[in-house]
Amino acid sequence: MTLDPLDLQLIEATQAGLPIVEAPYEKIASEIGISEADVINRLGRLIESGVIRRIGAAPNHYALGMTSNGMTVWDIEDKSASSKGAEVGALDYVSHCYLRPRALPDWPYNLFAMVHGSSRDEVEGKRAAIAKLLGPSCRSNDILYSKRILKKTGLRLSRKGV
Amino acid sequence: MTGRNSALSKINMDKHDAALINLLQDGLPLVARPFADVGEKLGISERNVVERVDRLRRSGIFTRFGPFFDASAMGGAFCLCAMAVPQDHFDEVANLVNAHIEVAHNYERAHRLNMWFVLATQTNARIDEVVRDIERETGVKVLCFPKLEEFFIGFKVAA
Repeated sequence: MTLDPLDLQLIEATQAGLPIVEAPYEKIASEIGISEADVINRLGRLIESGVIRRIGAAPNHYALGMTSNGMTVWDIEDKSASSKGAEVGALDYVSHCYLRPRALPDWPYNLFAMVHGSSRDEVEGKRAAIAKLLGPSCRSNDILYSKRILKKTGLRLSRKGV
Repeated sequence: MTGRNSALSKINMDKHDAALINLLQDGLPLVARPFADVGEKLGISERNVVERVDRLRRSGIFTRFGPFFDASAMGGAFCLCAMAVPQDHFDEVANLVNAHIEVAHNYERAHRLNMWFVLATQTNARIDEVVRDIERETGVKVLCFPKLEEFFIGFKVAA
């Protein structure tokens, strides 16, 4: 979609977060000088067009006691990859789940699912449960534990950048 | 699941907090008084919801509260990339990779492919350029795993 200058202002005003007050959209509206209804309509359009995936919260898995997490990766036959991906993504201990291209011969896996648990044993148990769910449509799998964060910068959109 | 319940009690959360964590991952209603709607679903007052969300955000249980943007829908591009970096050159390569502003995050992982990072750029063509630059600077092949399909449900806690 084409973003007009007010859309860009709205994105800038909300990208650090939404005010946690009774009428958050009204607060944003008064900050950028448009009406509350306009803010709600524009946000609705941005959601419809996919620019905003959703308005909500992202939980910190570590703060919730999920101190162990692993990136599980799966080689699933192409014909069932999309439906199996949806099943894995729906599991309550999987936070992110994506289909990605393989990089043969180095990398045979096409489904990536981030699994969280309170211990490494728990994560391995969940990996086994996913393997069972996938059954024979999955040819092989692996798990990659993170050792260190080397860089982490939040995504910031600049008006010039959009 | 006991692991999750004990995790919740350790950080002093009750069933309404757990319900809020689950509900707010799905989305805040786009209405003038969204927290009143949420409160109605949970059987608590609007004021109570606002106070809880504020506490969850302040205490770091929510890392973010607000709209989640998809930069690719605005003409931006993202790509997950991986490299098999020789251990004795690891920090040197990490510095070369991280020096690119297009590298949004970068993790060391326990695997033959031991460096995993995300590139965020304006265009797909720019992704290819940065990948070539990194390969040239480091002498290490970069594997690219762009997203083909996403399955987002979020992460649910037991109340």
